[in-house]
Amino acid sequence: MAKSVEDRERVIIRFAGDSGDGMQLAGSRFTDATAMVGNDLATLPNFPAEIRAPAGTLAGVSAFQIHFASRDILTPGDAPNVLVAMNPAALKANLGELDRGATIIVNEDAFTKRNLEKAGYAANPLEDGSLSAHRVHRIPMTTLTVRAVEGIEEVSTRDAGRAKNLFALGVLSWLYGRPTEITKQWIEQKFARKPGVTQANLNAFNAGWSFGETTELLDVQYRVKPATDVPPGTYRNVNGTTALTLGLIAASVRSGLPLVLASYPITPASEILHELSRHARFGVSTIQAEDEIAAAGMALGAAFGGRLGVTATSGPGMDLKAETIGLAVALELPLVVIDVQRAGPSTGMPTKTEQSDLLLALYGRHGESPLPVLAPSTAGGCFEAAFEAARIAIEYRTPVIVLSDSFLASSSEPWRVPDVADLPAIDPRLAVAANGGDGADGDGAFLPYSRDERLARPWAVPGTPGLQHRIGGLEKADGTGNISYDGANHARMTRLRAEKVAGIARDLPPLAVDAEPGARLLVLGWGSSEGAIRAGVRRARADGYKVACAHLHHLNPLPENTGDVLRSFDRVLVPEMNSGQLALLLRAKFLVDVESFCKLEGQPLFAAEIEREIVERQ
Amino acid sequence: MTHNGAGGDVLTLTKADFQSDQETRWCPGCGDYAVLSAVQQFMPELGIPPERIVFVTGIGCAGRFSYYMNTYGMHGIHGRGPALATGLATAREDLSIWIVTGDGDSLSIGGNHLIHALRRNVPLKILLMNNQIYGLTKGQASPTSELGKITKSTPFGVSDHPFNPVALALGAEATFVARTIDRDRQHLTEVLRAASQHEGAALIEIYQNCPVFNDGAFAALTEKDVKDANQIRLEPGRPIRFGAEGERGVIRSPEGGLEIVDVADCGEESLLVHDPHGTDPGVAFSLARLAEDPTAPTPIGIFRDVQRPVYGRTAAPAAPASDAQLSELLLSGDTWTVA
Repeated sequence: MAKSVEDRERVIIRFAGDSGDGMQLAGSRFTDATAMVGNDLATLPNFPAEIRAPAGTLAGVSAFQIHFASRDILTPGDAPNVLVAMNPAALKANLGELDRGATIIVNEDAFTKRNLEKAGYAANPLEDGSLSAHRVHRIPMTTLTVRAVEGIEEVSTRDAGRAKNLFALGVLSWLYGRPTEITKQWIEQKFARKPGVTQANLNAFNAGWSFGETTELLDVQYRVKPATDVPPGTYRNVNGTTALTLGLIAASVRSGLPLVLASYPITPASEILHELSRHARFGVSTIQAEDEIAAAGMALGAAFGGRLGVTATSGPGMDLKAETIGLAVALELPLVVIDVQRAGPSTGMPTKTEQSDLLLALYGRHGESPLPVLAPSTAGGCFEAAFEAARIAIEYRTPVIVLSDSFLASSSEPWRVPDVADLPAIDPRLAVAANGGDGADGDGAFLPYSRDERLARPWAVPGTPGLQHRIGGLEKADGTGNISYDGANHARMTRLRAEKVAGIARDLPPLAVDAEPGARLLVLGWGSSEGAIRAGVRRARADGYKVACAHLHHLNPLPENTGDVLRSFDRVLVPEMNSGQLALLLRAKFLVDVESFCKLEGQPLFAAEIEREIVERQ
Repeated sequence: MTHNGAGGDVLTLTKADFQSDQETRWCPGCGDYAVLSAVQQFMPELGIPPERIVFVTGIGCAGRFSYYMNTYGMHGIHGRGPALATGLATAREDLSIWIVTGDGDSLSIGGNHLIHALRRNVPLKILLMNNQIYGLTKGQASPTSELGKITKSTPFGVSDHPFNPVALALGAEATFVARTIDRDRQHLTEVLRAASQHEGAALIEIYQNCPVFNDGAFAALTEKDVKDANQIRLEPGRPIRFGAEGERGVIRSPEGGLEIVDVADCGEESLLVHDPHGTDPGVAFSLARLAEDPTAPTPIGIFRDVQRPVYGRTAAPAAPASDAQLSELLLSGDTWTVA
């Protein structure tokens, strides 16, 4: 029968199933095919903390959401238009987030009495009318998959059943007109050593596609045209982790300093260690340290040796690294610390996102120990943030904290690949000669705590003849770096360290405000909420509201015009995934009565929430 | 320091080349002075210019050591010396890296870093000044303080079983483990020499007297009238015997361990011949545990000296990639072009 094709501007699909059902794989394959079409996109995986939660239970549900559109989009989307539910638990866990009229595609084979019980359903929702507000498509995916792979040698019935995620992917690929070659190539490469598995997955994928094409169950195919408002360039799909590691490697190449990453495994930062450990040929050394403290110490030790020292962790690891970061403040050596934030306190919710380490990053050390803090706002933006953090660390001889989060680390988007020639060179200005004493050209002593125009001290690395010196955590005498317990010197050194960090603001672009004439309300965010805030502002404007927005990428120092911006609006709304940490800071620094919108649910901010908060304040 | 010859490729260094301009500030009579002097005296033997030598220290009296060496130095944080030094060693194979630490620094707050540096076989020479007390914080019990010891923090006596640093290092799979004494410069220097020639991690426990808070802790091994009876000097390839006349010795006991005997009772041929290069660490472990604490006959010297792959020697190239390689990396994976 002839099927109709309908155009859609944007679609949000959520693949949900048991954590063993391969939903992340199906979602990421759909994403790559979508990128090939030229749609703009954003993705958000959501998986349980347990590696293998009991099968079929709500605790074991794993999901992957993709938002794609024919225009630029800013978030992975709020409510899905399409839910793929591979079992009753996946349906139950996600149903509450669907709007009326959303499409639900279920694997009806999985709706057995036992699975319904495990999900806590008294009656089968496919039968009892409880889904009547939605368009439900029931597909016996397990049966059809097993049938599609019958007769392939080396493939058991169990293996066959496991390919049903590829069947589901085939159905969705047909429904949204995704190219199939890229997925088939991926299957062939992924399982190259197992011909039977390759064939099973190909058959399952093709069977899903054919099912969409030939059955009457799905009577309409949707088309999302390529996005036309994206800047020209070469693109690839990246998540925040990949972008961040590329940014670190780029900073290493552009500074000429080999990269040393020392980390201890922790969710959700371990992926940084995994990715960088594959790049030894780029001069990258990685160390899996014995603990978080050692990881920071190793990175700092490498920095003393003239390397770009980096350590990556999440909240609990930040607590442990505080002592070493304080030492780096005193030593005035470059150190990049990546904090992929997750919900706390303590172990909290390791796989859920939050922005609650801001005050920790700024103030979580004993003594007066200021340091620069940056926060990327998009997955692709993690590249710039990592590069910029390394630049500041190297040029100012200071530890720098980058506040990423779980959402940024795992969400993905198309990223315009920068031209290497456009990346600024970073000059480490390693000390090679004495800088004190009597001679006009400084041919006397070496003063490790003298300062340049940035108030940065000379970085003399071991192996440099004549510049032997000793540094340590004890307070230094200004200039010579000798141990000093002199009160006036301590006051001067404390001020110099603070002024050095504050002076970084001179390098920073002013806070850019996206304002409409007549806007009295400013929505100011930081970190990963930028997409949701801009999308929420866009929606409010579409409804006729006047509103401005701005986003902070540097939390210390703040852009020099921050106070002026805040004072130029009647009201300032600060949405955060914490209890109002930036709001507290802005109130303290600028005496402006900012209003907080706080979300602490382990989920990113949604555009609809921002829109609602804007509308309530008009 | 002078360079010998036009090429300047032969170094003639003296002790003075390794003395910094900083005033030493340990208590009068502290064993750290003797160790510092011996180390400064020994350094020229390495044939390595001072700029390629780094001393890393933690917190405690021993932590000040780095300030007194005219090399590169980092005075780190409590217990973290091995972590800082591991990062440095990973980054810079060309350096000779030494750690100076104490019993509190390395066995209490920094225990984890010590055992991992040893099992990884990071090329570090670790001088562990063991005075069995916390000195800088003025006299609390340390993890090597003997049971029953009255200290400021243990008015009713230490009840925590002490660590035996040599046994601990052997258990952590250290490839070089030795023990020496602050007051025996010749022995100390011999051990430093052997450690410097060892590829990989070397742990040297130095019995170091704290004259203020734990004076005489090692008197049994240092005082003229008793030291011969208590120092069991381990010498590779030689039967293990001690005493003023060599009248006592060490044999394998019937139970499988070691025991101290009178040579006259057993005969010289039954004595254990010391072999620090043996593959089985069991003998070294038994030697380490011959004495409960250093008030009885105690072995000093090199317990173990074996070869194992050295950490970081298969590491990444020393230079970052080129711009062209970076560009290739950035463009890897599936890309598409928007005109």
